[in-house]
Amino acid sequence: MPRKEIKLDHSIEHLSILDENGRLDQDLMPDLSKEQLLRFHRGMLLARRFDERLLLLQRQGHIGTFAPVKGQEAAQIGAVANLKAEDWMLPAFREIAAILWRGTLPSALIIFNAGYNEGGKIPQQQRDFPNAVPVASQLPHGVGIAYGIKYRKKQEVVLTFFGDGATSEGDFHEALNFAAVFEVPAVFICQNNHWAISVPREKQTKSKTLAQKALAYGIPGIQVDGNDVLAVYAATQEAVERARSGGGPTLIECVTYRLTMHTTVDDPTKYRQEEEVKIWEKRDPLPRFQKFLQEAGHLSEKDIDDLEKEIKEHLDTEWSEAQQQMEKMGNPLDMFEHVYAQLPPYLQEQKEAFSQFIEAQKEADHA
Amino acid sequence: MPELTMVEALNLALKQEMEKDDRVMVLGEDVGVDGGVFRVTDGLIDAFGKERVMDTPLAEGVIVGASLGMAAYGLRPVCEMQFSGFSYFAMHQVEGHVSRLRWRSQGRYTVPMVIRMPYGAGVHALEHHSESKEIYYAHTPGLKMVIPSSPRNARALLVSAIRDPDPVVFFEPKLIYRAFREEVPEEEETFPLGKSRILREGNDLTLIAYGAMLHRTLEAAARLSEEEGVEAEVIDLVTIHPLDDKLFTESARKTGRIVIVHEAHRSFGPAGEIMARLIEKSFFYLEAPIQRVTGFDVIVPFFAREQDYLPTVPRILAAARQALSA
Ligand SMILES: Cc1ncc(C[n+]2csc(CCOP(=O)(O)OP(=O)(O)O)c2C)c(N)n1
Repeated sequence: MPRKEIKLDHSIEHLSILDENGRLDQDLMPDLSKEQLLRFHRGMLLARRFDERLLLLQRQGHIGTFAPVKGQEAAQIGAVANLKAEDWMLPAFREIAAILWRGTLPSALIIFNAGYNEGGKIPQQQRDFPNAVPVASQLPHGVGIAYGIKYRKKQEVVLTFFGDGATSEGDFHEALNFAAVFEVPAVFICQNNHWAISVPREKQTKSKTLAQKALAYGIPGIQVDGNDVLAVYAATQEAVERARSGGGPTLIECVTYRLTMHTTVDDPTKYRQEEEVKIWEKRDPLPRFQKFLQEAGHLSEKDIDDLEKEIKEHLDTEWSEAQQQMEKMGNPLDMFEHVYAQLPPYLQEQKEAFSQFIEAQKEADHA
Repeated sequence: MPELTMVEALNLALKQEMEKDDRVMVLGEDVGVDGGVFRVTDGLIDAFGKERVMDTPLAEGVIVGASLGMAAYGLRPVCEMQFSGFSYFAMHQVEGHVSRLRWRSQGRYTVPMVIRMPYGAGVHALEHHSESKEIYYAHTPGLKMVIPSSPRNARALLVSAIRDPDPVVFFEPKLIYRAFREEVPEEEETFPLGKSRILREGNDLTLIAYGAMLHRTLEAAARLSEEEGVEAEVIDLVTIHPLDDKLFTESARKTGRIVIVHEAHRSFGPAGEIMARLIEKSFFYLEAPIQRVTGFDVIVPFFAREQDYLPTVPRILAAARQALSA
């Protein structure tokens, strides 16, 4: 009984279409209209400027801790641009670009980050999930929704975002395994931004790529240049089509980089070298895409200026809208809302007692 | 009316709900072909197919997490944790998401799902197969936590749990899975979640229990009546969370003497909360210190000693006499 080799025909593809200098591989260019390309651009620029605005608001004390997206706009927009309205999108906690693309208003995100649950309200027609803070925990939800889609014989697709650190969690493995076994229409988008707080990707896993983890589950996996919106789009398009036509799940690793801090309470200079950041700044997905659009004659300097102005005004309006809405959110009794379909008697009692206490307090203050 | 064991009654509830509503799904480890290790899901896969009765991979986190996704999608998943002792692998899904999605999404998504699990000691099981940790779930806002005590009541409760708009953790006392039979009507029966019930009326003493320990408590009550002429009121708590404190605080006002019985550990256990509410709401009616008969604050011992860990009829009687003597 000698030792034998079990032949496994495995390798991982890497896809890149648009390089750091905005040069394109014509053969790989997905079929996209000028309008679509400009929408991608607007989506990325809006996310970039909104992220900067959030950081400013955070530093001014208007909102709380959040996880900036800077650097990962292409990975998010390229992926989510493949979804139809009836598809499902499950973010982790850094998906500012994807969430805006799907129709959530900046004002809602501001309200959310200012500590009001109401900001997390998702419009009835929108099929996005709220932020999931426990790392990787949203992946099982995605496969459950996808199972529901399959059971109801619908054509919808579920797209789930997560980071490189998330691939170490049990939920990642359990979800991919489950999705593969039941062949559900789910697309797993890993944004490998090289860091899980202070732990570099190399210390997160010994795997050479994160995409190869798909092989263990018997599903397709691909690595793409995550700072190349066209590559992310093309790979996700394939995955979404496969899912929609009953071909089951796919894992996509988007190689990207978090250009700023993990969250607003984090100091990245403690654990990573400035030189590394410099290298990745050169690979920034936004200028690269702008260069390409300009060379293709789709976008002029003036167009960019106009768009910048339009976005600034839009964000100004959204900020005042958020402020106005937040002024109406002072009632502490709101915390009793949405815990159960119907407030159980003991909780009703707690609410009433607290309400009476507040009233008495008010009267005392006025007396 | 057929006489059923609790296992058969739970099976009937699942079968009838699945017949009525194609949103109801069953998933878990070995729940399909094998019919569940306790046979609660026996035959369901033949009746409803493997799309609705899913033998899942061995992974509690995704069983609960995927159930959440299904529920949010509009299905009514009933997932099984093979034993409550393994449900902790999914605890983060329960606490982090199942209990919170309604709140977090401000009502946009709801989680009408049931997490069933056998729990409790007394069947000579391996380690991790005998715990009674209902308090983990009862302490989590957004969840409901129920425990049946008889076949008929188990069937009615499971039907209500499946139809409930919120997530329900459904503990099944495996000690009484097959211990006795009870008539269970073919026609539909429900039992409202959040309500307790009085199983025996009395004016001298109130005994509060649930699950398997209820039967020892009823036995103690019968002996008190026969041997000492003491008439105890016996309350089956049924829902651990939200607690129906109206029933037991009213009973306390009538009897003034209370004994609480459960197999869960004593410290921070359900009895502690029940005592707190009794003190808040019926303090001036109490005529004696409240007694509790519970599992000890030790790891549930292996089966050679598990009967010593569990509340027994003599321990319940001793506590009752203590309450009566003060
Ligand atoms: C289960 C869990 N453990 C720990 C944390 C604390 N935490 C928040 S983000 C993070 C790192 C996540 O890294 P990654 O998945 O790569 O995503 P990224 O933050 O890089 O976008 C950690 C450890 C958490 N939120 N959830």
